[in-house]
Amino acid sequence: MSLKEKIVSSYIAFEDHLEDDSPIHELRNEAIKTFETNGFPTKKEEAWKYTSLNSLLKNDYSILPRKADHTIEFKDVKQYFLHDIDTYKIVFIDGVYSSFLSETTHDAVDVCLLSSALSKSKYKSVIEAYFNKAAKQDSLTSLNTAFAKEGAYIHIPKHKEVEKPIEIINFSTGNEAAILLQPRNLIVVGENAHVQIIERHQNLSNNEVLTNSVTEIFAEKRAFVDYYKIQTDNKSASLIDNTFLSQERDSNCNVHTFSFGGKLTRNNLNFFQNGEHCESTLKGITILEDKQHVDHNTLVHHIAPNCESHQDYKGIFDERSTGVFNGKIVVEKDAQKIDAFQQNNNILISDKATINSKPQLEIFADDVKCSHGCTIGQLDEDALFYMRSRGIGTKEARALLMYAFANNVLESVKIPELKRRINKLIADKIGVSLGFEL
Amino acid sequence: MLKIKNLHARVEDKNILKGIDLNVNAGEVHAIMGPNGSGKSTLASVIAGKEEFEMQKGEITFMDEDISEMDPEERAHKGIFLSFQYPIEIPGVSVTNFIKTAINETRKSKGLEDMPAGKMLKMIKEKADLLEIDRKFLSRSLNEGFSGGEKKRNEIFQMAMLEPKLAILDETDSGLDIDALKVVANGVNKLKSADNAVVVITHYQRLLDYIVPDFVHVLMNGKIVKSGTKELAYELEEKGYDWIKEELV
Repeated sequence: MSLKEKIVSSYIAFEDHLEDDSPIHELRNEAIKTFETNGFPTKKEEAWKYTSLNSLLKNDYSILPRKADHTIEFKDVKQYFLHDIDTYKIVFIDGVYSSFLSETTHDAVDVCLLSSALSKSKYKSVIEAYFNKAAKQDSLTSLNTAFAKEGAYIHIPKHKEVEKPIEIINFSTGNEAAILLQPRNLIVVGENAHVQIIERHQNLSNNEVLTNSVTEIFAEKRAFVDYYKIQTDNKSASLIDNTFLSQERDSNCNVHTFSFGGKLTRNNLNFFQNGEHCESTLKGITILEDKQHVDHNTLVHHIAPNCESHQDYKGIFDERSTGVFNGKIVVEKDAQKIDAFQQNNNILISDKATINSKPQLEIFADDVKCSHGCTIGQLDEDALFYMRSRGIGTKEARALLMYAFANNVLESVKIPELKRRINKLIADKIGVSLGFEL
Repeated sequence: MLKIKNLHARVEDKNILKGIDLNVNAGEVHAIMGPNGSGKSTLASVIAGKEEFEMQKGEITFMDEDISEMDPEERAHKGIFLSFQYPIEIPGVSVTNFIKTAINETRKSKGLEDMPAGKMLKMIKEKADLLEIDRKFLSRSLNEGFSGGEKKRNEIFQMAMLEPKLAILDETDSGLDIDALKVVANGVNKLKSADNAVVVITHYQRLLDYIVPDFVHVLMNGKIVKSGTKELAYELEEKGYDWIKEELV
């Protein structure tokens, strides 16, 4: 039985356990049909030309989450949290909520679980207004929608500034030989509200994990959203991240993606600017080695006029690693006076590493400023000699250049502790410890 | 201190240095002058260990040690400093962080601990004052967006911090107005002692009014064709290089 067949038949079992009046039951039925019709994407599709899921689809994944037999001690996973106390935490273990490791709140803001939001009547209106409204109806998103049961539910009412960052962490324990996880996050940020969110996925064993995650983020008028994706998972974990941001007028949304780990990572990051004067920032640092693969597939859809978008992705590829950057900007006919900028710079450390970089601009308005640039190069030999002539060894000189290369992406990280951590992750990844932080 | 014998070097298939002999002793200032393309910058790069130049023949010893096979960083650790004609821009690394790294890497090569932060700061302040460098300048990205004069001043600042035994100043005067030239030259003179040596590479005699050489060498077509004292520099300024060519014929 293929994975697709297994998933479709699992849906029948899954459906039996659902409550009949679930507000999204009909959505699920449609979604599983979409998945059944389209299946997993293949390299024949333009958007998947450089990323093949084939090797991942051979595993016999456990599809419906079960509570792990053993619990995780906080001390064992402490390193994956930004702070012990200074953050809200929504933690899942093998797809099941861990109240023990989490710190949620209903005090002025809702930082809690999608499962409660789906089942409790007080959230019904929010679910009806937002759930699955920004997500594309493609095959993988639909697969998630069909089984969507658990994930983070964050609702920030208007004018509310969340005083500490929110961490969403998905652990997998190796309880199953291979597991398919499908977290579903819904985040609604009200008018003039501010929020900072950090998301990560962490495999705690060497068993195979495939995560097909969907996150919908709604930024209302003047809302401010800062979202950080930390992709440092181990090499038996793969991630397909589908994130959709729907922005209303004067809102400001930033997504930083730090991709240093994992076996295969695909980031489908989609921004929709529905009102005037929106700002969107998409930044990423990718540092890979071995046979790691990261594919950044971004879309910025400019629907309203007078908006801005900035994309800046840096990649450093060593050994046989492969990277893809496919950045699409669509400017609708009415979206005049758009300022859209896209930059993708890459350094290939090894002869065997590959990067495929592809900007895609579809512009239907006539008064816009759109620019894109892409570079692929090696480390600058003259710069290396300059540093070495000052006594800095080759390894440190290379590291310093790589640091410097990635630096302007780090500059916009607004949580100091996170910036420090990312700095350290980069140093560790490059394999040196420099005596300072940039 | 530095002894070069019959040095031949080439880049790709082009022979550039064709038999250089040069001895620099502690306490001395040498000037190397010569027309464009004579091999001045190549000589500087070969001494500093740039790998794209292939040394075909000859010897280079520094403090009685053969350095011809050494990496650039090893030569730097031994006390050789090259001030670049065109300093490289390194966005994202501040002047301070760069020099801290350079100093601590050099200390590490000698088995020393990192320089204590307080001592480092004091030294940075002292040397920045010597070269009339604004404190704000030190937190800027290395050479990025610097004017020609700022780049050269920053080179000498790094030299002051690293305290080399042998400093090679490659066209340090180019791009400097007279005030900046004085500041830079004053910095170099203050650092000069009986234990170190300076090799000044220049087109023009102008810098040599401020950094006064003990010896002047004329490099032409990959060879030192004439050596003398500082008076030779005045003669070159006045008459150009053609008379030497004629003399050689």
